[in-house]
Amino acid sequence: MNDFIAARSQMALSLGFHIVFSCIGMVMPFFMAVAHYYWLKTDEIVYKNVTKAWSKGVAIFFATGAVSGTVLSFELGLLWPGFMKHAGPIFGMPFSLEGTAFFIEAIALGFFLYGWDRFNKWFHWFTGVIVGVSGLASGILVVAANAWMNSPAGFDHINGQYLNIDPIKAMFNDAWFSQALHMTIAAFVATGFAVAGVHALMILKGKNVLFHTKSFTIAAAFGCVAAILQPLSGDISAKDVAIRQPAKLAAMEAHFHTEKSASLLVGGIPDEEKKEVNYAVKLPGFLSFLAHGDFQSEVTGLDKIAPENHPPVAITHYAFQIMVGMGMAMMLVSVLYFLALWKQKHWLNSPWLLKLFVAATPLGFIAVEAGWTVTEVGRQPWIIYGIMRTADAVTPMPGIAYSFYLFTAVYASLAVIVIFMLYRQIKMVGTLYDKA
Amino acid sequence: MLYVVITFLWTSILLYLLLGGADFGAGIIELFTSKGNKAVTRKTLYSAIGPIWEANHMWLIIAIVILFVGFPVIYSTMSVNLHIPLTIMLLGIIARGTAFTFRHYDAVVDDMQHVYNSIFAISSFITPLFLGIIAGSAVSGHIDPQADTFLSAYIFSWLHWFSVSVGLFTVAICGFLASVYLIGETQNEHDRLRFAHKAQFFNIGAVICGILVFTAAYVEQIPLIEWVFGNWVGRIAIVSATLSLIWMWYLLYQGKIGLLRPLAGFQVTMILLTTTYRHFPNIVLFKGGGYLSLLEHSGQEKTMQALGLALLLGSVFILPALFYLIYSFQKKPLEAGSADH
Repeated sequence: MNDFIAARSQMALSLGFHIVFSCIGMVMPFFMAVAHYYWLKTDEIVYKNVTKAWSKGVAIFFATGAVSGTVLSFELGLLWPGFMKHAGPIFGMPFSLEGTAFFIEAIALGFFLYGWDRFNKWFHWFTGVIVGVSGLASGILVVAANAWMNSPAGFDHINGQYLNIDPIKAMFNDAWFSQALHMTIAAFVATGFAVAGVHALMILKGKNVLFHTKSFTIAAAFGCVAAILQPLSGDISAKDVAIRQPAKLAAMEAHFHTEKSASLLVGGIPDEEKKEVNYAVKLPGFLSFLAHGDFQSEVTGLDKIAPENHPPVAITHYAFQIMVGMGMAMMLVSVLYFLALWKQKHWLNSPWLLKLFVAATPLGFIAVEAGWTVTEVGRQPWIIYGIMRTADAVTPMPGIAYSFYLFTAVYASLAVIVIFMLYRQIKMVGTLYDKA
Repeated sequence: MLYVVITFLWTSILLYLLLGGADFGAGIIELFTSKGNKAVTRKTLYSAIGPIWEANHMWLIIAIVILFVGFPVIYSTMSVNLHIPLTIMLLGIIARGTAFTFRHYDAVVDDMQHVYNSIFAISSFITPLFLGIIAGSAVSGHIDPQADTFLSAYIFSWLHWFSVSVGLFTVAICGFLASVYLIGETQNEHDRLRFAHKAQFFNIGAVICGILVFTAAYVEQIPLIEWVFGNWVGRIAIVSATLSLIWMWYLLYQGKIGLLRPLAGFQVTMILLTTTYRHFPNIVLFKGGGYLSLLEHSGQEKTMQALGLALLLGSVFILPALFYLIYSFQKKPLEAGSADH
């Protein structure tokens, strides 16, 4: 493995790991706050138990998310010093604000986790809400920084120099809104479905059914509303990418040839050498509609883009298909769930609906990882789109492969421990939270 | 605005050293505590730092963000030449942060606790050791921008007696800060005495490591004596730190604890002041006399303005909340072990 690939793999691994924890750390506090609210309003002890059990999950995920985030802030320099030397002062604004948001989150978490029976109960509840709100804000800010890499703004690039820097303009770049919206909703979908799935499994097993039913209802409600909204934000993103990064859209769709009334491909195996896609289902005109809102419009293909600027087509295409597929599946489950709530109450008590949720447990996170792959791999070979190549940004230090192996081992063991601990949390529900 | 940013940078580093340092020290004490007393030490430190634990480490993030936004050349130079110690420090941060949380939030209490405990204690030692090594390397003049071999560019830049002794000195200081902090956190006379002894132990350790630092500097021809004593700020800082140290030993001997924390904090602040004052505005000193300066290698004006404003705005939100958090849990400490049920 050469150093450049090792550096990219280590970055991908660190981000891929961090993103799971940050999504849960960002969204779970909202579930917690809802349960907590019900407890304060209804005095039903089960809601207090749910809140406490979830707060432990939040603590574990926050701590792991915080350290993996700290690692990322160093890795930007350790792996991509050439990038940070120029980009730091331009896209640093969201990071400085994110520092504040993150700090507030840590303080609020201190109040919330250790504040039981010490503060006014509504103040205590409020600190839990602040954990969620500041977590959400830091997520949005970090995505805004990433958006700048896709849509660089706020400086003039003249003769290799970065002049006339405007950090505010850089933060509010063209991509920040669509990316932040898509990511935030994705975090709600992924966390909602993951949490709901775990509780659904416990209901099916007949363990602490009241506790798990209340938990399931809250998580499923968040997850399903978000899953139904997500295609809308996906549409905004697609139209945005079509204009800003035609190469990325072309790679997502394995769209080799520029054409009018372009077809949308479902599935398929791209052949990059022959520039064609085999075994795909074609929906004529739909890609044109997706990209520009008009079935007849022309969609730029990879043939209009210099070969040295092509992103890896197959990976981007598969990742995009996976993301959309998972999203559709979860949307379908959500529609069924709302139908059950609205018209078919008896479905709610039938195992098949719960089984669907159990099956959907990992889908949201698979979609999130796939979505990030689309964003990041689809931007290649650029680290700053159209300005700096990723290969020019990498550290000169040799032996990054060893660093990659080391971090892989660390993250793998952390993942195992966290899963092991969550398993133990769930196993102990009966003893710790549901004595009655 | 540049000076506002620099003030925030220095303050973040100081607060990380004081608060994060006390935090690291808590783990270091655990490493140096006899088996029988470990459980009590762990409980006391947990109730003392549990609620502010996550916040203590945010100062590092703030310092890093200031460096990469405001002083990108300094950040990327250090990232390249000090890649290895930075990576080891990061592994320490990961191990420590997760082990601390895991051991408290694991729903089942069994043998896994031993695993979490050992990881926590060992990484509490390693992290500040490498933090010190990084700081020592930055000013040691061992970083060579012209280096052309792996060893000279990425190993000898940080692996030398001076930086290692600065690392050990940092470890001793963290242990010292934590033991002084913990004296006031327990009502039990026996434990209080134990922490007072720990404070003396680490204080002596810090003095010994300090002598090591000066010896290593002498051997490696780093003009440390001139840096520290060659200007009136350094002289005043060292004299007042020494006086406060004598005062503190007297108070420890008398068993009075009221002023211990401010005095310990004062001493560490003076040490940081002395070591940074002489170099200001330089932060990285290269082999052969080159340097990276906070004034000459800062970002463009608009960047610094935005960064300064963001920091000022942030402190309006953060500081009151942080003070209230510390105040609330100082007023009525957690009962050890009862934090979550």
